Amino acid sequence: MAEIKKANGIVDWLDQRLAIKTLTKVLMTEYWIPKNINWLWAMGVVLTTLFGILVVSGIFLLMYYKPDVNLAFDSVNYTIMSEVSYGWLWRHAHAVSASLVFLIIYIHMLVAIYYGSYKRGREMIWLTGMIIFVLFSAEAFSGYMLPWGQMSYWAAKVITDLFSKIPLIGPELVVWIRGNFTVADATLTRFFMLHVFLLPLIIMLMIVVHFYSLRIPHVNNQEGEVLDFDKEVAKYKSGDKKGSKVIAFWPDFLSKDIFVICLFMILWFFLVCYNFDFAMDPINFDPANSMKTPAHIYPEWYFLWSYEILRGFYMSESLGLIFFGFAQVILFALPFLDRSPVVAPAHRRPAFCVWFFVFIIDLVVLTIFGKLPPEGINNYIGCVAAIVFIFLIVALPVITIFERDSRLGGAK
Amino acid sequence: MSALRELKILAFVVIVVGILYWGIEPLAHSIFHPKTAPADFAFSDLEKLPTSGNVKNGEELATTFCIACHGIEKAGFPALLSPEDAASAYGVVPPDLSNIGALYNDNFLANLIKDPTKALKLTHKFNDDNPFPMTPTYVSDEEIGDIVAYFKSIADNNLSDKEVFVGACGRCHSMKYDNVAAVTPSDTLAEYLGAKVPDLSMMIRSRGEETLHKFINDPQKILAGTSMPRVGLTEASQTKVVNYIEKIGDSKKEQREWLGKILIGFMAIMAILAYLWKRSKWHNLH
Repeated sequence: MAEIKKANGIVDWLDQRLAIKTLTKVLMTEYWIPKNINWLWAMGVVLTTLFGILVVSGIFLLMYYKPDVNLAFDSVNYTIMSEVSYGWLWRHAHAVSASLVFLIIYIHMLVAIYYGSYKRGREMIWLTGMIIFVLFSAEAFSGYMLPWGQMSYWAAKVITDLFSKIPLIGPELVVWIRGNFTVADATLTRFFMLHVFLLPLIIMLMIVVHFYSLRIPHVNNQEGEVLDFDKEVAKYKSGDKKGSKVIAFWPDFLSKDIFVICLFMILWFFLVCYNFDFAMDPINFDPANSMKTPAHIYPEWYFLWSYEILRGFYMSESLGLIFFGFAQVILFALPFLDRSPVVAPAHRRPAFCVWFFVFIIDLVVLTIFGKLPPEGINNYIGCVAAIVFIFLIVALPVITIFERDSRLGGAK
Repeated sequence: MSALRELKILAFVVIVVGILYWGIEPLAHSIFHPKTAPADFAFSDLEKLPTSGNVKNGEELATTFCIACHGIEKAGFPALLSPEDAASAYGVVPPDLSNIGALYNDNFLANLIKDPTKALKLTHKFNDDNPFPMTPTYVSDEEIGDIVAYFKSIADNNLSDKEVFVGACGRCHSMKYDNVAAVTPSDTLAEYLGAKVPDLSMMIRSRGEETLHKFINDPQKILAGTSMPRVGLTEASQTKVVNYIEKIGDSKKEQREWLGKILIGFMAIMAILAYLWKRSKWHNLH
């Protein structure tokens, strides 16, 4: 046991027992980040902020929400929206954050792809991030059910129905997931449990693992440069902060992130107070009605790209399902599909750069057509975009193998 | 050099997100809900009938033809049947006529008296096999003018938003979040109309002000085949109805719009402070 002396203050008292000074160094003042970065490196902290908002607003909503098919709709739309002081603010904050968190996740992911931040030791960062993405998707889906409006009900029905298509166990699996033969009270209550307890718990755990996975390979930088951290840290500590290629997480890195967050929150408050329909679909303000199918059923915008891959193969349901499943899991494999060891921004990798921007265009097309009614030319565009997606995934190893071979002069 | 790069990246992200937003919001909604003509408060598809005339004669006609089914409370003629009995007799409780002269467009009223299902646009629901409870009133056009003149003369033009709502919508629709129940029992209505009548508490959020205005003005235009009759409200009464629906379904709108300005202003100040702090830190780094 350490020798405990009379403390000369609260900090020292805590430090003797919890080593808070060392902890602060490890987590903040001596956690080193490359200096050569741009504002896209702030997305992680923006996501953490949004997750914090979701947790806090969620706690307030939880105080009034009632997970029961007869009470849920009114508890949200009457109790929270009309009776509770500023209840609307918490609900709008929760809904807008849930939608924006996916926008930032996608930016965060595309940044990682653009700068090659998922390879050469950084694979675990990508993999843990992907797990968080999947968990967030489940969290969003379960949360969407809770207001028990028309879209809640029909999205739940359509998505759970997908599981019935799994060979052999499908029909039994759906009943097991729903806790009933149809989407019913049991379904709502269990998704409520998932949404407010199990999933957030795992998400928090995975966020910690995700942060930890950054420590050994370090954060990437704008040029993909491999830094000698010991040397750069020594420079920084000796006072040559200008010459050093690293900065401290606190206060250097966070001072910039906090500025980015403040700018982002201006947009966020605008959306919360004035432009929220994109995050709270008007159709969901009609109470759930199992006898009345809405004219257009579509998922929230962040699921549209994969939904369109499902719909894109309009000629064959099984084909659609197979590639839908493929699209759900294939992004996990990205670090291993990229066969080139080069860690550099896409604009310095010509073939990959083309691949990257086609990928973005394809995702945008899939997303937009995922919402439009599946009729006429929309079907063909959706089909082409879905095939392009598959093609891009297949093409990635090919173009990166070429890149590897040409850069290494053909050497293996 | 790096500030320019930061702005270039920002421009790229803004453009891509902008295209995405345009596609999933304005574009998608314009396809789901194709543009329709604005509300027609003149009801110009109806023939022009007289809407003024001899009030005294109108009173005589109204108290002869109308009060067998309708009440005119104001003139001392309460409804003959209780709402429950009236509902089971007619399918829907007939309206009291005290304020119809203020609620409804006068030419619409005249046409309604002459040929109800045509004015209400319910000919697809009611015909010789399934007659509408209100029959055409066989009086001359001039007499119709007298009747309309009479109803205009007794109507109260200063009804509150809620009173207009109850008068115009409340026989079929409830407003649960304001404890307003439909006058006609919902089961009777479902049988009469062939569909359940929705509660209107959240309509402002699910349909929006613009669609509500068009829909109330001419339901068939927005939802072909619906059992909801054309209501025939004047622009002023319809505005009151929509105001009331908004007051209940979006009760915190005023607070939201006021608070929004404060919160945005607050974050703008925080952003300036954060920028100054960031600059002081990065001053040593570059």
